[in-house]
Amino acid sequence: MRPDQHILQRLLDFLPSDCVLLSEESIRPYECDGLSAYTAKPAAVVLPNTQAQVQQVVSFCRHNKIPLVVRGAGTGLSGGALPHPDGILLSLAKFKRILSLDIDNRTARVEPGVRNLAISQAVAAHGLYYAPDPSSQIACTIGGNVAENSGGVHCLKYGLTVHNILAIKVLTMEGEFLTIGSEALDSPGYDLLALLTGSEGLLGIILEVTVKLLPKPEQAQVLLAAFDSILKAGQAVANIIAAGIIPAGLEMMDNLAIRAAEDFAKVGYPKDAEAILLCELDGNSEEVQQQLVHVQAILRLNGAISLRQSENEQQRLQFWAGRKNAFPAVGRLSPDYYCMDGTIPRKHLATVLEGIHELSVQYGLPVANVFHAGDGNLHPLILYDANKQGELHNAERLGGKILELCVQVGGTITGEHGVGMEKLDQMCVQFTSEELTQFHAVKAVFDPENLLNPGKAIPTLHRCAELGAMHVHQGQTRFPELERF
Amino acid sequence: MNISSFQQAIQTAIADHTPLQLIGGNSKKFYGREITGLPLHLAEYRGILSYEPSELMITARAGTPLQEIIATLANKNQCLAFEPPLFSETTTLGGIIACGFSGPARPYSGAARDFVLGVKCLNGKGEMLNFGGQVMKNVAGYDVSRLMVGALGTLGVLLEISCKVLPLPCETETIRLPITSESEALAIILKYTHANLPITASCFEGEGVYLRLAGANLSAVRKEITSDVYLEPQPGQQFWQQLRDQQLDFFQTNQAIWRLSVPATTPPLKLAGKTLIEWGGALRWLRSELSAQEIREVVTAVGGHAILFRGGNRQGEIFHPLPLNLETLHQRLKAQFDPHNILNRNKMYATW
Repeated sequence: MRPDQHILQRLLDFLPSDCVLLSEESIRPYECDGLSAYTAKPAAVVLPNTQAQVQQVVSFCRHNKIPLVVRGAGTGLSGGALPHPDGILLSLAKFKRILSLDIDNRTARVEPGVRNLAISQAVAAHGLYYAPDPSSQIACTIGGNVAENSGGVHCLKYGLTVHNILAIKVLTMEGEFLTIGSEALDSPGYDLLALLTGSEGLLGIILEVTVKLLPKPEQAQVLLAAFDSILKAGQAVANIIAAGIIPAGLEMMDNLAIRAAEDFAKVGYPKDAEAILLCELDGNSEEVQQQLVHVQAILRLNGAISLRQSENEQQRLQFWAGRKNAFPAVGRLSPDYYCMDGTIPRKHLATVLEGIHELSVQYGLPVANVFHAGDGNLHPLILYDANKQGELHNAERLGGKILELCVQVGGTITGEHGVGMEKLDQMCVQFTSEELTQFHAVKAVFDPENLLNPGKAIPTLHRCAELGAMHVHQGQTRFPELERF
Repeated sequence: MNISSFQQAIQTAIADHTPLQLIGGNSKKFYGREITGLPLHLAEYRGILSYEPSELMITARAGTPLQEIIATLANKNQCLAFEPPLFSETTTLGGIIACGFSGPARPYSGAARDFVLGVKCLNGKGEMLNFGGQVMKNVAGYDVSRLMVGALGTLGVLLEISCKVLPLPCETETIRLPITSESEALAIILKYTHANLPITASCFEGEGVYLRLAGANLSAVRKEITSDVYLEPQPGQQFWQQLRDQQLDFFQTNQAIWRLSVPATTPPLKLAGKTLIEWGGALRWLRSELSAQEIREVVTAVGGHAILFRGGNRQGEIFHPLPLNLETLHQRLKAQFDPHNILNRNKMYATW
């Protein structure tokens, strides 16, 4: 039930008036996150200045049984920060201070609203950086990164958010401040840091994050290889890794994505190629030079039709610019696009891409594929027009089918974007009701009244039953010939 | 042994109100609190289920001997990069993951929890549950598989574990610097760390600082460090293996051995006893007769925690006491995974 205005007015008892948004026009900008197909208007938006104020908001919501949704920069792609229509949206945008740097220990303690890239910029003078680099790193905040366990193009070598943070300060819905983790490498008890990372804002409100900083590699070079078939590109990836090389980044794009990126960013991608691979190697210069020679040989052996090496730092960034702008570039091909996020064992790449192609034809919507090839994380981009009757619905159905396909080959419905509001139905496919029940039990440990970001990330059993979705665990349904384990 | 027999054991335990003691290779019997309960032997549930080097992933049953996994990976020039200790040849993968043990490479390559991608387990109701998966990136659902790492079997019986694996480095060197002062040793380790050398292990055992360097090509390192500090490969490797498996003289004692986890740059701790330093300063092993309270006071003050790793009073507080609000959450989590409190009851803390 939407709270009455007179109740909401009481927010002004403990928050300055410029921290409370109640009018329709001031609330509107918060009605969605990066997944703009889903919108909802909250009853109020609050932008507190202090941790004590956040605690008061939590206490207010608990007392009045009002759902609370926390938002960072709102760049998430699964609707994780979508407001609750009967709830309060809490923005942590004002928490953007870097609290302390410890250069000797290579750590930084920051507030949740600090932007991902701002951390690296703040420590660049010391030759350090923060490794996870989601494509939205200019805008996305570290609090959101922890909530979503964000990745990026360098996570094959440097890991996800969970591998790059040491501690968080959290406020639970019960009003308790918790310090989880420490500047030491481990802590007593259960690994709550791992549990909270990627919990999509359902278990606690992240108020501080201590991140690990890494020394910037002495050298980084990118190879750009073009192929006349996706299969060959995929085989090249497998062979690079089998040769004992872990590239800093290893990305693949298909023809539609290449053409879109090249038209948009003009970085010199070969538009006639069926697939390109971007392979970044970093380390000391001897190491990089040696690996460049090795990887070039593997790429040629696997049928690369053209091969370029970045000649300087500017060109390296240019090669990446095409990839990092692939989403907006594809956005120019079509009025709307819908970005999916499945992960698969890489050996099934050909099967999955073939399956996506079939589905694309069946639903009559083009799909461009961008792929974190090193770690098997696939981003099919479905092109559609929201103004055409039924096309959004069609795109969602196609997207759902693609994710089910990922589960069928032993993969997962989300590699880095999170479940949010978007993939609740596919959760019913990936997990059994016992597993979902265990997830709900974890939620109840931290938030017994189910007030914090309710309805996201974990579907109710009721929803799964209504959907009639069949749980497919590394399923035996569609590809019985595939090897499974 | 098969999964249904484990499920049956859990059901019986629930019916009889008798807790179960989970036992893998029994190589870490010394660790954790001493408990009673009906033994549930898991070592026979073994075998590698899937391993493809180019996928950088291995899935094995929890009872698989760690030795077998290490050898299988080494055969393809790969490894478990958290360098888990092999306390005996019976050590199992499940035991290592349940204890959350990592070896000398931990600060440089990551911890056991960093390499776990997914688990199949039984909760305290005997339900078979899968969390995580067999792929590198997976954010569907809460990260319960990592929660299981280091939970000492108190949240679930591990059945199958999928781990990320990495290539073995092409080149490895060990250097030894003759240093006897603890503070000087910490300073030297920090200095080398900040020189951005490819360090993959570090140790100070009272008479020298040992550093392991590894990478695809160490020629740049050899230009930087040209003196006669290099050990021959064989004794070099042996040193790290003995450190990993706690076979160095330091660990051969009847004294209590404490494991102190502290921020790496913590100065020498003022605690009477003998110290061995690992992990770039972040792990301090202490042989000492001091009381738990005396040790914990000093360690807490620097932002760390202390585990009574071997010896001492195994019925006392082995693990660092938790702040009250965290303790409450731990108890609730335990109750949600194991409502009848039958899995390794009191193994971690005396109250649950």
